[in-house]
Amino acid sequence: MELLSGADMLIRSLQDEGIEYIYGYPGGAALHIYDALFRQDKVKHILVRHEQAAVHMADGYARATGKPGTVLVTSGPGATNTITGIATAFMDSIPMVVLCGQVASTLIGEDAFQETDMMGVSRPVVKHNLSVRHPEEIPEIIRKAYYIAATGRPGPVVVDIPKDMTTPNERYEYAYPKKVKLRSYNPAIRGHAGQIKKAVDMLLAAKRPIIYAGGGVILGKASDQLTELVRMIGYPITNTIMGIGCYPASDKQHLGWLGMHGTYEANMAMHHSDLILCVGARFDDRVTNATEKFCPGARIIHIDIDPASISKTVDADVPIVGPVDAVLKEMLALVKEAKEKPDADAIASWWKQIDEWRAFHGMRYETSPDVIKPQEVIEMLCRLTNGEAFVTSDVGQHQMFAAQYYKFDKPNRWINSGGLGTMGFGFPAAMGVKLTHPDDEVLCITGEGSIQMNIQELSTCKQYNLPVKIINLNNQALGMVKQWQDMNYESRHAESYMESLPDFIKLAEAYGHKGVRIEKKEDLETKLKEVLAMKDDLVFVDILVDRFEHVYPMQVARGSMKDMWLSKTERV
Amino acid sequence: MRRIISVLLENEPGALSRVVGLFSQRNYNIETLTVAPTEDETLSRLTVTTTGSDKVIEQITKQLNKLIEVVKLVDLTEGAHIERELMLVKLKATGSQRAEIKRTVDIFRGQIVDVTSSVYTVQLAGDSEKLDGFIQAVGTSGVLEVVRSGVSGIARGEKVLSL
Repeated sequence: MELLSGADMLIRSLQDEGIEYIYGYPGGAALHIYDALFRQDKVKHILVRHEQAAVHMADGYARATGKPGTVLVTSGPGATNTITGIATAFMDSIPMVVLCGQVASTLIGEDAFQETDMMGVSRPVVKHNLSVRHPEEIPEIIRKAYYIAATGRPGPVVVDIPKDMTTPNERYEYAYPKKVKLRSYNPAIRGHAGQIKKAVDMLLAAKRPIIYAGGGVILGKASDQLTELVRMIGYPITNTIMGIGCYPASDKQHLGWLGMHGTYEANMAMHHSDLILCVGARFDDRVTNATEKFCPGARIIHIDIDPASISKTVDADVPIVGPVDAVLKEMLALVKEAKEKPDADAIASWWKQIDEWRAFHGMRYETSPDVIKPQEVIEMLCRLTNGEAFVTSDVGQHQMFAAQYYKFDKPNRWINSGGLGTMGFGFPAAMGVKLTHPDDEVLCITGEGSIQMNIQELSTCKQYNLPVKIINLNNQALGMVKQWQDMNYESRHAESYMESLPDFIKLAEAYGHKGVRIEKKEDLETKLKEVLAMKDDLVFVDILVDRFEHVYPMQVARGSMKDMWLSKTERV
Repeated sequence: MRRIISVLLENEPGALSRVVGLFSQRNYNIETLTVAPTEDETLSRLTVTTTGSDKVIEQITKQLNKLIEVVKLVDLTEGAHIERELMLVKLKATGSQRAEIKRTVDIFRGQIVDVTSSVYTVQLAGDSEKLDGFIQAVGTSGVLEVVRSGVSGIARGEKVLSL
């Protein structure tokens, strides 16, 4: 057997785990590890400019590929800077391993230089965290970390590595474990057969059914099974903002996404349904609105890998704990062989009703002869990229417009911070995607507020040649904050306006990139085409859009799913 | 409703803080908490008493089960069970009080485990209500110090919480 130092064992373990990229930033407590990285070339390290961005990059990579991302940082500030990124991944169940240096075990608790209790600080926002107490444990801990991060309901795992665990001249026998067994962690591998049968019976007997799918379908790689089931049974489907792409948006059975800024037809269909089949979603408050008024006539089937997600906010009539792909496969088989068929008349009249709702609103917005509307920028981008780009977003109005007007037919292409709502997420996430998808178009839809939260990464993009396209929907205000202030605070715009915006074009150029400003509506299409033709350049596209636009539909606060504002003046 | 949840936990550093953290993070109550290693040194047994609606209790048990280091758990209040708490009380004991306290301790089937000329230290085990009852019986004015272990519990009959 080979003898390796703790630092070399760590890097060898990453190699044996098949890790290709890690994103990070060096510092004192991590230097033995960085030296081990230097002496090999299998695992490539991307040096970011702020640790938060390293985590979002790993996150973007994980969402686009379905594989866990990896981060390496030092102790103290290096570790605490990752927290927002870790919390972002935790809320959206993204698999990730964050390796943190720590002061030597002999110094822990002595308030040593760059010491932070990262186990304690990260505890509420990780799926699990592990601390290395002896160098020999490293291979097993790394294997465990990836196993926990990627199985069951995925999530981030932090590994805390005191510096003396990686000392170069202390060597131990290295063997990477093939399997890991944890007696206290056994995620379900299939759903309960009796419950699945019951669910299928209810599904076939429903008169006004709707399928409500979430990010769990994408994480559980179950888009194909879901699409097959939905098409076979002919029912309407809506999904959460996290589930965008789990079912083709261009399909006629798809009602768009639901919730606070969801489509009129999706919210109406949910409210009036008699059966909801929830697949890998969690009845989050941005979906349900007031839970006591939620879908009064509906019985609920809830499939989720995480039992704690079931009946947490809204009670399920038929809970099914299990991986969504396996459960959907079994449901599909039962639907195929069932003697009873869906009630054709009831389903036809349900569709008639839904089509009326669709015709009534159908995602309209008012265009203007001279001002660029943010919605039309997104629609045009969707058209110019054939709906096939990877689109990351930051958080705010631009996020909602991007989700509403870019039509995704495939999973893993819409990448946003849905749960935590982290401004500054979009740009580094786009970088993580571009690194592993160099031939695909990667757009970061952002605003002038969000982009400034991680703008330093323009420098990283120069170093690694990451030609993402930054689409800055510049309305010169924190648009979503301002919208709420317009609606709830009589337009008192407290701190939602930034007076000294930088010249983004010059800024992009200062970092060695290209910048394009679009101010006139008539230039929009030509200039966007030019930008998309600049394949090898990062282009910062600063688009001056309508400063007064609001996002609609918008659910009325504390109302039911069907209570919505459809424009500044129409309320239903 | 008051519940007693009994947990088998990996006996590892940091495991207890995850349980305690979960309760504060999700706004659940902890009324008492006891923890100690079991006959299997890799496992700790933790007993927590809490209150909440059925929905909250269901979430507590589900969220506890999600912690990687939680091996098994049971809500003892769902079935017949035995609940015990240990209390040590220091009481002012001078003159005629001494005989009176001794009598009360006997009635509650406690023991006087330490004596000075002016103080009795009493040991008492039982369910939490019995311990409250003793304090009431001797009167709070004579109580100098109270220390309670928190509740431990075990199911009645054949039912066993083990691996």
